[in-house]
Amino acid sequence: MSSTAPQPASPKSWTDLRIEILVGIFLRTGVLLAAAIVLTGGILYLAQSHGPRPNYQHFQAEPAQFTHLTPTLHGVATLNPESIIMLGLLVLIATPVARVGMCIVGFLFERDHLYTAISAIVLVILLYSLFFHK
Amino acid sequence: MTALEFSLILLLSSLAAGLLGALSGLGGGVVIVPVLTIIFHVDIHYAIGASLVSVIATSSGAAAAYVREGFSNIRVGMFLEIATTLGALLGAWLTTRVPTHSIGFIFGLVLLYSAYSSLRQYHEDLTQKPDPLALRLKLKGSFPASPGVQQEYVAQRVPAGFGLMTLAGTLSGLLGIGSGAVKVIAMDQAMRLPFKVSTTTSNFMIGVTAAASAGLYLRAGYLAPALVMPVMLGVLVGSLIGSRLLVRVHVRTLKIVFALVIVVLGIEMIVNSLTGKL
Repeated sequence: MSSTAPQPASPKSWTDLRIEILVGIFLRTGVLLAAAIVLTGGILYLAQSHGPRPNYQHFQAEPAQFTHLTPTLHGVATLNPESIIMLGLLVLIATPVARVGMCIVGFLFERDHLYTAISAIVLVILLYSLFFHK
Repeated sequence: MTALEFSLILLLSSLAAGLLGALSGLGGGVVIVPVLTIIFHVDIHYAIGASLVSVIATSSGAAAAYVREGFSNIRVGMFLEIATTLGALLGAWLTTRVPTHSIGFIFGLVLLYSAYSSLRQYHEDLTQKPDPLALRLKLKGSFPASPGVQQEYVAQRVPAGFGLMTLAGTLSGLLGIGSGAVKVIAMDQAMRLPFKVSTTTSNFMIGVTAAASAGLYLRAGYLAPALVMPVMLGVLVGSLIGSRLLVRVHVRTLKIVFALVIVVLGIEMIVNSLTGKL
């Protein structure tokens, strides 16, 4: 960060940049973890499936086994390949949500009440969509 | 075709989509949905589910690289995410109500528009009087214009930008795409933010916007694990390679070729929707 040019009147504070870099690294770690879990599930899936390709031509909602958290975790415990893939996807979906959480903490540290509140609104919308939205 | 062959072909197609999406700046989602529906005859609900997940992966995967460049603005991004996430809730809800062919038709129009916008020349207009609302919301910043020089900027026309962002979020939720093109319009055209700030902040916002639709997609059963797996991995790897290449490749010719491909896919989506083949 010392390599950035002198920025006397820059409104972009050092703390802002530090938050962004930490968040960026966190996001990348989350994605790589999610990809690793999905890949593991995928290899297991391909090792076990010998039939013809699944047909996705007509939409039929996926079974509850793959649409809710608890059954997915049960599936992971029994090493169901598709449940493991779903776990990876859940980790992936959780990363941007956690990112907003991290921003709330960052803005709190900067004593930026306006942006603590704005981030909190975004987090509430995300949590609502993940848990309640129909 | 066996499950293994199908997965491998999907992996390679998604890799190509992610690569082209990163090189053209349009993102992988805009390509992968037509590829899945037109070439692989996948129902559009499964296709937008697989695409949305890939969009989250690409956005979050690239975030670390973009942040280091010092262009993205977290305050602008966070403020506008209120608009995009609310729009995404609406869009995702619409997917459960709107008939399949309408989704396909709107998708086609968005493809045609994206092709046009990827070729559009952008303007930089930094001579502006401060917008009081933008100042109160701290929607300003500075970016490295040239080595050692920080260029300052303040957002303009905040309500227009906010409105366009709600539209971007709705399209993201409805079509399972990042809506990068519309997000950039909102920031670059309406709010007059510098182009580089608009594109990098847009990329940063895409993951959060997509996460807002993901919950509904999940509960509505749009995420088919065996289909999402090769698509998400392929698009992620492709876009990471693409963003590395971006610094070395001359993109102008590639952009034109890619825009033509997008136009063909867009027309195909519209025709298929109108003839009821989707």
